[in-house]
Amino acid sequence: MFETLQGFLVPIVLLALWQWLSTQAIVNPQILPAPTAVLAKWWEYLKPQELFDPAQSSYLAWLFSGELIRDAYASLYRVVVGFLVGAVLALPLGLMMGANDRIYKLFNPLIQVFRPIPPIAFIPLSILWFGLGNPPAIFLIVIGAFFPILMNTIAGVRHVDGIYIRAARSLGASQTTMFLRVMLPAATPYILTGARIGVGTAFIVVIVAEMIAVNNGLGYRILEAREFFWSDKIIAGMFSIGLLGLAIDTGMNRLNNYLLKWHRGIESN
Amino acid sequence: MQPHIQIGKVSKVFSTGDREVVALDDINLDVRRGEFVCLLGPSGCGKSTLLNAVAGFSPPTTGTILVDGEPVQAPGPDRGMVFQEYALFPWMTVEKNIAFGLEIKKKPKAQIREKVGALLEMLKLQDFRDRYPKDLSGGMRQRVAIARVLALDSPIMLMDEPFGALDSLTRRNLQDELLRIWTEYKKTIIFVTHSIEESIYLADRIVVMTYRPGKIKKDVSVAMPRSRDPSSAEFNELKKELSLLVMEEQSRHNQEEIKAPTAD
Ligand SMILES: Nc1ncnc2c1ncn2[C@@H]1O[C@H](COP(=O)(O)OP(=O)(O)OP(=O)(O)O)[C@@H](O)[C@H]1O
Ligand SMILES: [Mg+2]
Repeated sequence: MFETLQGFLVPIVLLALWQWLSTQAIVNPQILPAPTAVLAKWWEYLKPQELFDPAQSSYLAWLFSGELIRDAYASLYRVVVGFLVGAVLALPLGLMMGANDRIYKLFNPLIQVFRPIPPIAFIPLSILWFGLGNPPAIFLIVIGAFFPILMNTIAGVRHVDGIYIRAARSLGASQTTMFLRVMLPAATPYILTGARIGVGTAFIVVIVAEMIAVNNGLGYRILEAREFFWSDKIIAGMFSIGLLGLAIDTGMNRLNNYLLKWHRGIESN
Repeated sequence: MQPHIQIGKVSKVFSTGDREVVALDDINLDVRRGEFVCLLGPSGCGKSTLLNAVAGFSPPTTGTILVDGEPVQAPGPDRGMVFQEYALFPWMTVEKNIAFGLEIKKKPKAQIREKVGALLEMLKLQDFRDRYPKDLSGGMRQRVAIARVLALDSPIMLMDEPFGALDSLTRRNLQDELLRIWTEYKKTIIFVTHSIEESIYLADRIVVMTYRPGKIKKDVSVAMPRSRDPSSAEFNELKKELSLLVMEEQSRHNQEEIKAPTAD
């Protein structure tokens, strides 16, 4: 209990300081709005824009019709689709490259050349290729998620302890069984680490991509707010991005603990 | 009658960079069906190398290994392997680990369940059925590893210092368990150890190996009836005799170590 309170201490002090600072006439509220103003804007951003009308929509649809919800959904949708496509491409390639030296040598030079290019650097090309809207944004997220998952999958397969391979061979495992029931599970700790980094990258990329290639989503919204000098909305949007990122990371963590409940270091009960 | 395992003129040379290590040199050994053979010798004398050759993990440089008259080509479920490091699959529960070999063989589900259930009971593992290996003690893990091999009905069990990492009480327990299994299922067992006492307690025959090159120094039959009493005069007589043999090799190991330090 005390620990929880302790965790709130610093933020509360900072908030109070911020509030005090903005009531003094030193700072222009357009540069730094008061926390209360941010909160008010946040609520406005979150709440449904029209009054509930049963003829128009269901209650639930109305409840989630606020601008923030729609933006968050749009961003999340891009992250999920981009991440899944990236993972679906990276996983088999990584498994093959990790397990087979010839395939590794075939693809590795190309990967080494492309990997250091930040996904953001693909923005001009992606707009040229895909125009505006979801396709270029998702393309960038795919790239952002692809490399961390690929590299970690390769490392995971390469680090599979030889003793498991030997045990499985002596039990008569076929190539397929070896791959699916030994190498893949043995590599999951690495793969999940890659997935977690991949989601993190995807989340960074989606915000940037939305600032440039699309006209909705959390990234778009805070850039749009800047044009109207709505600093309260910018900050509200930033906190929303932070909370969504935290939610995604918590979700990945849960998944991680569930899939790795057999792993040393994670308590099971 | 044809020996179950025939090891004929087997040698194994490892070349690492500029150095050549003769791990095995002209090993000849016939193992009868149902025999319990211990390979005994100091660290680095080639016990694992010989066992791995029989298992089919790493073929000998020269010579032949026949099982039931057929040359060994690759690892296979006819020769169940128990490792010192247990080598259980940590992502599978105890039950899944034991069932894995049977699933590979595509046995019907009901049959697998029945067999695994019986093995769990026999090795007193019922309460751990749904646990993961990380939650088990060393002794329990090795029971699972033994059950996993028994599930396959392999006529041969190859064991590489399986009890080496266990405390002495657990170790004795598992030795007795193993002898019970061996009697009941009439397995042929090659068991690697560097514990003299363990070899006398278990084996029909103790094969003492020399250190570099790995040769057979002495092949000793143990006629004492089981269960053997480690405090008996006969036991200790044999222990003294074997100690001398192993000590000679151990000191050669130590001398070599001073000349050219190795990893083992
Ligand atoms: N893959 C390898 N490459 C090079 N040398 C090896 C290799 N495997 C084993 N050796 C060498 O062969 C010799 C026999 O090794 P082996 O592992 O069979 O000994 P061991 O009797 O099982 O010893 P321990 O009791 O320590 O397990 C050792 O000197 C070792 O250094
Ligand atoms: Mg060894």
